[in-house]
Amino acid sequence: MKHRPLKRVSPWARHALLVFGALIVGVMSFGAVFAPLIAPYDPNFINVDALLLPPGAAHLMGTDALGRDVFSRVLYGGRVSLWVGFVAVGIATSIGVVLGLIAGYFGRFVDEIIMRGVDVMLCFPSFFLILAVIAFLEPSLTNIMIVIGLTGWMGVARLVRAETLSIRERDYVLAVRAAGAGTRRIIFRHIMPNAMGPVLVSATLGVAGAILTESSLSFLGLGVQPPDPSWGNILMEGKEVLGIAWWLSVFPGLAILLTVLGYNLLGESLRDLLDPRLKQ
Amino acid sequence: MGQVLKKILIKLVWVGVVFLGITVISFWVIHLAPGSPTDLQTTLNPEAGVEARLQLEKLYGLDRPLHVQYVGWLKRLVRLDFGQSMSGDHRPVWDKIKERLPLTFGMNVASLILTLLIAVPIGVAAAWWRGGAFDKISTIVVFIGFAMPGFWLALLLMLWLGIAWPILPISGLTSMGFSSMSGPEQWWDVTKHLILPIFIYTSGSWAGMSRFMRSSMLEVLRQDYVMTARAKGLSSRIVLFKHALRNALMPVITILGLSVPALIGGSVIIESIFSLPGLGQLFYQAVMARDYPLIMGSLVLGAVLTLAGNLLADVGYGLADPRIRVGQGRNR
Repeated sequence: MKHRPLKRVSPWARHALLVFGALIVGVMSFGAVFAPLIAPYDPNFINVDALLLPPGAAHLMGTDALGRDVFSRVLYGGRVSLWVGFVAVGIATSIGVVLGLIAGYFGRFVDEIIMRGVDVMLCFPSFFLILAVIAFLEPSLTNIMIVIGLTGWMGVARLVRAETLSIRERDYVLAVRAAGAGTRRIIFRHIMPNAMGPVLVSATLGVAGAILTESSLSFLGLGVQPPDPSWGNILMEGKEVLGIAWWLSVFPGLAILLTVLGYNLLGESLRDLLDPRLKQ
Repeated sequence: MGQVLKKILIKLVWVGVVFLGITVISFWVIHLAPGSPTDLQTTLNPEAGVEARLQLEKLYGLDRPLHVQYVGWLKRLVRLDFGQSMSGDHRPVWDKIKERLPLTFGMNVASLILTLLIAVPIGVAAAWWRGGAFDKISTIVVFIGFAMPGFWLALLLMLWLGIAWPILPISGLTSMGFSSMSGPEQWWDVTKHLILPIFIYTSGSWAGMSRFMRSSMLEVLRQDYVMTARAKGLSSRIVLFKHALRNALMPVITILGLSVPALIGGSVIIESIFSLPGLGQLFYQAVMARDYPLIMGSLVLGAVLTLAGNLLADVGYGLADPRIRVGQGRNR
């Protein structure tokens, strides 16, 4: 789907996308990390004298139905997104890399079992599975991160397996084995580092996906629970007052769009940079 | 023929194994319920009370060993007996699912057709004029389309077309006074209610599809036979539509099959935003009410539909691509 370069134009144009993506991601991460310093108000401070104020000088993005400052809430919501994105992808990538390495290196029976497991997991509409698991557990930030991670490793496993299949046949692996290195050392010290390029790309794109999933869950009321702000649950509250307070529905969504766009641009540009086959 | 049979057999074994895997994972999800579902004291949820516990016990035989429970559940599953819903009407889960399927299925099919109608021309044009203005602009639009959260787009459209400039209904499937309308009026009313939801469905898939179409087309345009066709002096139009497009469309069949899980997942959000009585809304309500049998039924059904989608894609691809048929030794 996304295996071709963006376009075959000057290298500068490709780097422009990389720079643009990195810029968005940088600004969004900065806002999230330094939210306590930047935010003009406490995100959970209820002000009954400032209910549903439109954007203005005192409240850049207006206030919500409880008089809370939307700009501050969006900043703090960014922390949730960033955190979920990285932890969920960390979990998914670790599982995917290990299983992919094992499947690719040992082949045969082990490979067959792991790859059928991938097939099975891919059959579940992941959003259905996540919702079902969340329904059985309690909706909390930790559970969401774990569940998103546990349902997102299959792509990485396939990628790493394919890489491993080709890397394990190379001469240097044979040389290392002849030198007496153990299996674990061969896999993790000599094969894994060389299979990480595509993993980096898929992890970057995965962050975008995890952020989208978390915001969808929170929008449905099954993610981050109020009063803690997340982009998804601000939008959920915005839906209730859609006709009278557009700003509640516009700004958090814009934040999601920009962040996801940033990670996607970054991931796609990295793919072009890292994959020598695409440099014609 | 022997080889074809062997391939079919392998495929069937694969389907069986994956189906069993699906049931094992679903069964495992059931046992995630807080504490043990039989332990009333640890059931924090007031809605899952005594009655619910008894039902669960009956459905899964929770007092028996795990493998016995699993086999019993599997046997009922094959007969489409998912037990009874725990909330409200206590009707059989399968009946509740069955009446919701047509709406969700219909919307998905409509949006798939719409996706193809939008994505194929964009992808083909972008590949044909690679690096040109259209390619550049469509690339930017596709990236934004990728990043657009469907539920946010839905909110924006509701804000715009439902409230600021109210020309479309934004909730439900029918208007008030639906039963007193004439046939065509009823038809138009439902259609109006479905325009926004189907548009949102489509917004989630056209970007990826057009990207895929573009790369598939670029792949084909690089092939020798396209070069040959051009060298023969055939017009661009004939090369494009007769030689390249047909082959470039082939992989799209696979992607259609693979997009089933995303569509089913998307239906949860879209149907709950627009209050549409489809499978997604049913599932969402089940999750909110912790209606375990209904959740399990929908989960298994969703996975089986995906499996069916994959199979159909495989079969469709095999039928459409003569190379695969030849590869199976039928025409050799």
